[in-house]
Amino acid sequence: MSAASRTDAEAAVVLKGVSKHFGGVKALDYIDLEIYDGEFFSMLGPSGSGKTTSLRIVAGFEQPTAGRVMLYGRDVTTTPPFDRDVNTVFQDYALFPHMTVEQNVGYGLMIRKVNRHEIQRRVGEMLEMVRLPGTQARRPSQLSGGQRQRIALARALINRPRVLLLDEPLGALDLKLRQQMQIELKAIQREVGITFIFVTHDQEEALTMSDRLAVFNHGRIEQIGAPADVYERPLTAFVAGFVGTTNILTDDIAQRLVGRPAALSIRPEKIRLLPQGTTPDPDQFAASGTVRDVIYVGMTTRFIVALDGGGELEVVSQNLDTRAEEAFAARGTPMVAVWHKSAMRELSTAGA
Amino acid sequence: MHSRLRAGWGVRLGAFGALVFLHFPLLIIILYAFTTEEASFRFPPPGLTTQWIGELFNREDFWRALGLSLQVAVIATLLALILGTLIALALARANFFGRDSISLLVILPIALPGIVSGIALRSAVSILGVPFSTWTIILGHATFCIVTVYNNVVARLRRTAHSQVEASMDLGASSFQTFRYIILPNITTALVAGGMLAFALSFDEVIVTTFTAGNQQTLPIWIFSQLTRPRDRPVTNVAALFVIAVTFIPIILAHQLTRDRRD
Repeated sequence: MSAASRTDAEAAVVLKGVSKHFGGVKALDYIDLEIYDGEFFSMLGPSGSGKTTSLRIVAGFEQPTAGRVMLYGRDVTTTPPFDRDVNTVFQDYALFPHMTVEQNVGYGLMIRKVNRHEIQRRVGEMLEMVRLPGTQARRPSQLSGGQRQRIALARALINRPRVLLLDEPLGALDLKLRQQMQIELKAIQREVGITFIFVTHDQEEALTMSDRLAVFNHGRIEQIGAPADVYERPLTAFVAGFVGTTNILTDDIAQRLVGRPAALSIRPEKIRLLPQGTTPDPDQFAASGTVRDVIYVGMTTRFIVALDGGGELEVVSQNLDTRAEEAFAARGTPMVAVWHKSAMRELSTAGA
Repeated sequence: MHSRLRAGWGVRLGAFGALVFLHFPLLIIILYAFTTEEASFRFPPPGLTTQWIGELFNREDFWRALGLSLQVAVIATLLALILGTLIALALARANFFGRDSISLLVILPIALPGIVSGIALRSAVSILGVPFSTWTIILGHATFCIVTVYNNVVARLRRTAHSQVEASMDLGASSFQTFRYIILPNITTALVAGGMLAFALSFDEVIVTTFTAGNQQTLPIWIFSQLTRPRDRPVTNVAALFVIAVTFIPIILAHQLTRDRRD
């Protein structure tokens, strides 16, 4: 089902050497990207990383300074937005305030001169799909944030585009509603079976929803891959730190562990704290230190360990059998931190 | 209502005094439009009558002046609506070198003293060899009517989310369709308000008109010329009442339309 696993999948969107400069600012710096037909693809990155600019270039709202944009094999680099087979869900929803829900959702069909009955029927279908049936006569101002979001989605999908672009569509919603919409968006994508390109700065959202994701930083893509791939095998320090949290070991400790200077990434949840004096297995690394702080987070406990050779290590352990009192009792005690060699990644220092 | 910020008696008295000072002359005009005494401002008027309204209505030169004023105001307003909207559309979103200077040039006619605009227009028209006519008056008025339309429309466009325009194009609408279905409905009240202000400005304009008219008389100029005929004073006052009504009503409506109605 995952489009990412298909090697011969047709490319829905291809960006070839795309750059975008705003005055002296390089918003995008030579991006190469291939998005497959039918996949849920996320563009993840902090603000100003170039993810929204990439999306706007695919939509046609921006022209790249250099490079080509292909949509299903067709070069659309200079094609205006209204001639592209893509539709967008905007961050601020961009609903038309002077129109009813029915006129908003049916706008694309009205422009294409579809007859009135057909428009009414299809608007009804779309409202059914986004689970807001019967809201035809309302105005956007009479809807809640979550409802506006759904109307924006219905309006973008009614044209049956081949690619749907979503620009941080869940950003304005509260946490519960956001999680609910994440599940619904995935369900809708499976139902309509078209390519979704989803821009977000929320790594958890990207990990939850995507078939594949691209991590943007400073106008470049640092890594592209399936969520588990990117999380387990980050290529750069930026990716390791932006997607999830991580410990980065350098200098002396790296020298001691792998015998040469390097930047090493180890996820907090991959480390176990054992009593002082425990000898690690041959396939494990170990570092001794003292628990400096204990933060109890309910489901898990975070330990901050001050390493003997200098530096700190964050360790997260699930509160499987541990009670809170036991966890707190660890504060100030010397421990050995142990992890599997395979859980640690060596990072390229170029992107850091 | 504003109990914490109650103004003292002195301030209230001052405010009341200022209002009286501002509007007392208007009250005089209204009162003496109905006096039975033709030539003098004796107070109180010896008696009240509505005969001057009828007398004014029988004056053929009054109707001609009123007709010309309406014609000029309507055409100048229409011109301003079209040109002002186009300038606003061009300048609202654009960001090029010199944009602010152009914006200032558009607003300048309303900031310049009318006498300067008047002389400038008169020289320009003479140099071009165009005969002074109703059309030169209309063009003169259009220069400052454009400003009110431009100001209203550009303010509205800046308040309208640009993503709406992008959404419309994204959904397949051409630039023209986007203007027709999205931009126009958004700026309608701004157009009506700007148009009404433009109409009101044009309707009682004297200075620029004096410089750009041939021997045509708009209503304000007709009223001015009436001053040399003291016996007609009550009739003139009735005409002034007309001007008050025709200019006040649009200004009040325009104010209502552009109030921020966000709740």
